[in-house]
Amino acid sequence: MNKKVSEAIAFGIFRVLSFLLVGVLALILLFIIVRGVEAISWDFLTKMPSDGMTSGGILPAIVGTLCLMFGSIVFAFPIGVLSGIYLNEYLKESKLKRFLRLMTNNLAGIPSIVFGLFGMALFVNKLNFGDSILAGSLTLGLMVLPVIIRTTEEALKMVPNSLRVASYALGATRLQTVFRIVLPIGMPNVLTGLILSMGRVSGETAPILFTVAAYFLPKLPTSIFDQTMALPYHLYVLVTSGTNIEASRPMAYGTALVLVIMVLIFNLSANLLRRKFSKKVKLK
Amino acid sequence: MAKKVEVSNLNLRYGDFHALKNINLSIEERSVTALIGPSGCGKSTFIRCLNRMNDLVDHVTIDGSVLLEGEDIYRKGIDIDNLRYRVGMVFQKPNPFPKSIFENVAYGLRVNGVKDKSFIENKVRESLVKTALWDEVKDDLKKSAIDLSGGQQQRLCIARSLAVEPTMLLMDEPTSALDPISTAKIEDLIFELKKQYTIVIVTHNMQQAARVSDVTAFFYIGELIETDTTSKIFTNPKQEKTQNYITGRFG
Amino acid sequence: MNKVVRKYIENSVVSVLFTSSLVTTITVIFITFFLFYEGMGLFREKPLEADFIIAVNKSNTVKKLDNQQIGAVFNQDITNWKELGGDSLPIEILSLYTIENYYSEEDLGEDFSLLPQKINEFLEQTPGAIVCFTKAFMPEKIHGDEIHIDNIELLQFLKGKSWLPTSQPVAQLGILPLILGTLWVSLGAILIALPLGVASAIYMAEVAKPKLRNLLKPVIELLSGIPSVVYGFFGLIIIVPFIQQLFNVPVGETALAGSIVLAIMALPTIITISEDAIRTTPLALREASLALGATRWQTVLRVVIPYSKSGISAGIILGIGRAIGETMAVLMVTGNAGTMPTSFLQPVRTIPATIAAELGEVPMGGVHYKALFMLGIILFLINMIINISVEYIKKGRVGR
Repeated sequence: MNKKVSEAIAFGIFRVLSFLLVGVLALILLFIIVRGVEAISWDFLTKMPSDGMTSGGILPAIVGTLCLMFGSIVFAFPIGVLSGIYLNEYLKESKLKRFLRLMTNNLAGIPSIVFGLFGMALFVNKLNFGDSILAGSLTLGLMVLPVIIRTTEEALKMVPNSLRVASYALGATRLQTVFRIVLPIGMPNVLTGLILSMGRVSGETAPILFTVAAYFLPKLPTSIFDQTMALPYHLYVLVTSGTNIEASRPMAYGTALVLVIMVLIFNLSANLLRRKFSKKVKLK
Repeated sequence: MAKKVEVSNLNLRYGDFHALKNINLSIEERSVTALIGPSGCGKSTFIRCLNRMNDLVDHVTIDGSVLLEGEDIYRKGIDIDNLRYRVGMVFQKPNPFPKSIFENVAYGLRVNGVKDKSFIENKVRESLVKTALWDEVKDDLKKSAIDLSGGQQQRLCIARSLAVEPTMLLMDEPTSALDPISTAKIEDLIFELKKQYTIVIVTHNMQQAARVSDVTAFFYIGELIETDTTSKIFTNPKQEKTQNYITGRFG
Repeated sequence: MNKVVRKYIENSVVSVLFTSSLVTTITVIFITFFLFYEGMGLFREKPLEADFIIAVNKSNTVKKLDNQQIGAVFNQDITNWKELGGDSLPIEILSLYTIENYYSEEDLGEDFSLLPQKINEFLEQTPGAIVCFTKAFMPEKIHGDEIHIDNIELLQFLKGKSWLPTSQPVAQLGILPLILGTLWVSLGAILIALPLGVASAIYMAEVAKPKLRNLLKPVIELLSGIPSVVYGFFGLIIIVPFIQQLFNVPVGETALAGSIVLAIMALPTIITISEDAIRTTPLALREASLALGATRWQTVLRVVIPYSKSGISAGIILGIGRAIGETMAVLMVTGNAGTMPTSFLQPVRTIPATIAAELGEVPMGGVHYKALFMLGIILFLINMIINISVEYIKKGRVGR
């Protein structure tokens, strides 16, 4: 009976640990939500920060983050999808493919602060964009590029080969097959990757530290060469280096909640999309 | 001869799908019972009821009773691990663990708390001898079991089952993934093992059933159509469906 | 449409596709290039602030000092030339900070116009003199010997024990405390996250009912999306005060706080990848084990884990990678003291946090700036090593 006891003990411990873990994680969310809700109001979302960032709102940070999100996606999405198509539809298993995949993995693993360094050296200094939405978007775009490439590849892999063959049999070229059959079918999953990367972009701080983020700039950006505030950096500033950290605490809770909600909306919708899509594929 | 297994009114459903319908079957001690029938007829599902392997599948409901040596194995509170310890099973595809040959055979003893080294060594040798594998591998017991040929792997899997001294051995199409020579070796083995064990074998191959078994049971779409001594089933079946299957009209 | 035109279009689209697929490679090459471009110049630089000159009395036998020694001299940790291999003479420092000990404002004249002359006087008259000024204040002909300072060396950079990039007159650029800080915090994080993560992965893959699993898995995936500043914020207002009270330490911003926050952040990675690896164990192996009477736990321990250990290790390594590279959360909770770590209840400073905290304030192209890019190179190389080892582990698995 000894082995029974050890099984019960081991699984019991695992159960407790797992629930503990999920409990702690849920606590983090709950904590931010409860404290943040008190701070959020219409004014908070639509006003400029004021009084040394202890009152007013976070409008420029929200707008700035949206700009960066949009900017980086405009750049990374087309390149990522085209690259994914090439890797999955055109390239056979070969040294080149392994090399390209290794490079993509490598890029995916590079710490975000290194992207910040690189963005500063290339976009801000060498290309003379200065601290600007352009420089920040390009840096963030390069960072999420591997995510988009991978999800595109995965999405296209799920398209059954029989459809490609059927298309060829009707006299379609490879290009036509890709753009008329494979891509439209894989699109929902490609979009999942897009949404996930938007969530990631909106939360990253380190890459924008030296490429775009402004400590305090109570106006909305007017061109891609402007600096801007951004939500994650604003939270960092409020928590660690505001003019009056205690007084700006409620602002910090509010900012954190807005940031979390934004990221969660993206992740949840990506999840929903994926689930819907996988059901559709199964039905076939 | 004594009854080893007594199955009565056994029903099994996968969700809404009624996979086994009211099965009644008794299996005698130290005999070989072959289960035959077309694909999807429930013979593999049935054999997995005998050591409750179906418990691992989600959404399965089972009713009826299966008595092993007079004890209902589906009664509440039964020790399932112990049941599986007593009832050995050999699977369709050889599935050795990615461990050494020795460790594969010793596994069942170790997980059941045997620590005595010389006892384990003896058991491993004995089991390998029984499965006629000893002469082929005695110098490479440390070698990975993955490196053996398919036939050797399957005999190793049988040796692995024998090492824990089961009272009954279930074989789920044990030769379907093997070449004819390996198949012949396994069939010889079954013949040998019959002297000591009760064997239930699922097979796709009617010649095999005819060669190795004493009793044959014919399954068709979840029902047990007919059971009788092998010679009768193959020469003079009572049911028309059995007749049709044996003579190859469907399958 | 004409066939030739169609063919032409087809070919050009393919070349566009091909070019896109090269972007990641080009980016990696660019990143490598720019990090080295900005950082490698470090080893052609002297640690001396631009334009500074250090000189001693002509009779002094010490002609060469390394930057640690200079740092010690100007911090007055070393007060006698004997300690530096010279004659037994007290060291007398003349620099902008000590000048009022020797000369009054009148002595130096308007706008320090007489300073160069006074420097020469001081150098000639004081056998134990050491002076340090920018070129602008130095006399054209120095009546003393200039101290030769070596360029920064890689080895010194790697094993130097103090990181004081803004200290005067020579920057102390030893990154050992930063490397150790990073390792301490990351290893601490893994020690916490590993048992928790693997246990949860096993629980989810092997024990939990499908319904529960379908609930837990998305929650855990969701958590990997939460921005690191938010984790840092949480760490700062909950974990840091908690540690401060629990262990009764003066500051709660410690290596331990960093490890806990990083562990929470690395957990989703470890759990997701390990769980996937565990679930790839073939059913046939599980069944074989169960059919021999093994319990599920014995099966997990003896069959499932050995089978999926390469996948689990890949998850762990990627978790470590994420922990080493993580910047903002660590920056917020570890206290960032650039000293050698000796305890988990002490502030430490990690490599990424150093870059994030300091790069905004350094003049472009200076020694400090280059040193920060060198830190970037180190992070980049660590990432490379981690990627290659994951690749290697996966390959080992295919070969089995």
